[in-house]
Amino acid sequence: MSQSTPETSRVERRIALSFGISMIAGFALLAVYLSGGQTQLEAILLAVSLGGIGVGIILWSQRLLPTELHVEQRHPAAEVGNPEAVREIVAEEGAITRRSLLIRALGGAFAGLAAALAIPVLSLGPAPGRSLFHTPWRSGLRMVGLDGKPIKAGDVPVGGIVTGFPEGVPGSADGQALLIRVEPGLLRLAADRMAWAPDGYVAYSKLCTHAGCPVGLYRSLEHRLICPCHQSTFDVLDGAQPVFGPAARPLPQLPIRIEADGTIVALSDFTEPVGPAFWNIHDG
Amino acid sequence: MADGQQPAGASGPGAPVPAESNAPERVPATESERPTELERVVSWFDTRLGLATTARVAMRKVFPDHWSFLLGEVALFAFVILVLTGTYLTLFYTPDGRQVTYQGPYQTLQGASVSAAYASVMRLSFEVEAGLLMRQVHHWTALVFLGAIAAHLARIFFTGAFRRPREVNYLVGIGLLLLALGEGITGYSLPDDLLSGTGLRIIDSVILSVPFVGPWVASLFFGGTFPTVGILSRLFVFHVMLLPGLLIGGVTVHLLVLWLQKHTQYRGPGAREGNVVGLPFWPGQVFRSAGLFFLTAAVMTLVAGLIQINPVWLYGPYVPYVATVPAQPDWYVGWLEGALRLGLPIEPTILGVTIPSPFVPGVLIPGILVGILALWPFLEARLTHDRAEHNLLDPPWRTPIRTATGAAGVAVFLLLTLAGGNDVLAVMLDMPVESVTMAFRVLLIVAPVVTWLVVYRMARDVRDGYERRARTGTKPEPPAVLLVRGASGGFRDMENES
Repeated sequence: MSQSTPETSRVERRIALSFGISMIAGFALLAVYLSGGQTQLEAILLAVSLGGIGVGIILWSQRLLPTELHVEQRHPAAEVGNPEAVREIVAEEGAITRRSLLIRALGGAFAGLAAALAIPVLSLGPAPGRSLFHTPWRSGLRMVGLDGKPIKAGDVPVGGIVTGFPEGVPGSADGQALLIRVEPGLLRLAADRMAWAPDGYVAYSKLCTHAGCPVGLYRSLEHRLICPCHQSTFDVLDGAQPVFGPAARPLPQLPIRIEADGTIVALSDFTEPVGPAFWNIHDG
Repeated sequence: MADGQQPAGASGPGAPVPAESNAPERVPATESERPTELERVVSWFDTRLGLATTARVAMRKVFPDHWSFLLGEVALFAFVILVLTGTYLTLFYTPDGRQVTYQGPYQTLQGASVSAAYASVMRLSFEVEAGLLMRQVHHWTALVFLGAIAAHLARIFFTGAFRRPREVNYLVGIGLLLLALGEGITGYSLPDDLLSGTGLRIIDSVILSVPFVGPWVASLFFGGTFPTVGILSRLFVFHVMLLPGLLIGGVTVHLLVLWLQKHTQYRGPGAREGNVVGLPFWPGQVFRSAGLFFLTAAVMTLVAGLIQINPVWLYGPYVPYVATVPAQPDWYVGWLEGALRLGLPIEPTILGVTIPSPFVPGVLIPGILVGILALWPFLEARLTHDRAEHNLLDPPWRTPIRTATGAAGVAVFLLLTLAGGNDVLAVMLDMPVESVTMAFRVLLIVAPVVTWLVVYRMARDVRDGYERRARTGTKPEPPAVLLVRGASGGFRDMENES
């Protein structure tokens, strides 16, 4: 360690000051905490407490410790690899590879063990089965709001939109649907689907067919639904066909009828799987 | 082993004594025979563990003296801060997706139905004194953790530090990067706020998109069809046990291999293939690193205490029928989000197998990009036929192809990240989001090619310039002689000494 000079004692004082400030900040933090606390002030004091130590140590290393560069020799490459040792290891291993029958049998045993160990993995979740192909919607189920009460046709003005769920499952993740009312003459649905949209009321799945986000934005003048996640855009008038963004399939339509009292009733489940695609989605 | 007292000249803090160091000892010779208190303590351990011989060598390990070698250290220190703050957070967080009624001081959500997990994060944020600070330090440090890893990776890549013999440690590093990404994504999902739930929904869709196994993997991972009540406790175990365990193991291997192989170094006075020039581990590097740790912690605390991050109370609890806009993920996931946003609306069914539209941008392209990154040391060795050992680093202009390829990769990453905020950009630029998206789709093809060509050309010209001047003898580089000033005030010439 170097000797004391006026210069080093000046540096020493500065480092001690840094540590001292750190100490004061630490105790001040305790005081602030005990007297009720204040997040920003606590953060600043904690930062000063940590930073004082950091600055002090860095000054110490830069000003008081030797900064001469040292040179360390590397091992020459030949010393790192040892061909003789490699040969010996391989020779030992030969004792194993000669027993090819045993190796194969052991491999088979491990394969069996792997299969056995797959059992607990398979228990992690149910087989997907047909769960992705249907939702809670059934023929005759009324459309309800989040409060569980039936939605009435009269509640939705022309140009309006409301989120509805199958009766009994308000908040349903896969059953969520959008009920949209447009001028009846504007709808350009396929002929067999016109009956699913009485009086300009049309219902689509709210789950985006791209990545499953709820399609929550509606530009009512353009009659377009937009997914806030990746901006997939669907044309409400044209059977919710995708017109922009990464979604490739239309939002499935929910066939509905309107009862005399104005409640919305499903004619069936969605006729296609809702939400994001999967490899056998068209096997439905 | 007989470890008698060291002669007086070799005592002191243990720094390797420079050749001409003849600093006079302040301790009189007679007293130096008697061991000091510290010496007795160290000796107590040494006579039981016998580690002094090893420690003496370890203390003299040389660390190159360049700031860019500290990027990896910042990542390591960020990880330490994450473990410390994260442990604190686990004392309050409840990984429970069941619904409870929120009854806390945050009036807007009074009486709302939220998950127990969300309620516990709200309690931590509003009712635990300094709890919000801890949460924000954790989140901010996570951003810096990934940032430091990315910067460290860039240094390794653009200087060729991954070349033989360091391919193995490069792969370990890529593994650590992926684990860190996994930590980020699982941690982001734990508060069960609207953004984290929406993020999980998108992850579910990306998993579903994998042909044949997608629906199975998604069901096994989530424990059923999304959304499931049990997913939070699973993510919690990943976030606080499995992934950190793997990270700690991986970091240990990473450092062990580094220790064995020694550091690379930049070209410079005294630096050769066969040596390392720099500061010894003790006291030089240890002091610097310790200082850097405290400064990192100080900056993280200051930023986290003053700049709000992830205000889950503003987002509200996750409900599957609500999404919000604009919503951006943490920066290191932005490129994946951007890739999904730029994805094409194509969903072909080939031989009865549908390829869902998120598959190509969400699985295939990221997989290819990460694959190229991981295999780059081997691709480059094949391309250049250079399979020799390299301990000296290249300045980026010396290797135009590597530098151009890396720059093109960075361009792709930046573009995808920006595309992850295409809606925000559209508002800022006052343009329809459709136009912004189309522009990004075009740029994503054009920009990497242009970047590659421009950077290649620039690097090659710089390299050729250096070579021409070297040939013609007009030497712009100063005749480099490293003079080192010793403790007694004399100078010595390192270049000719070593």
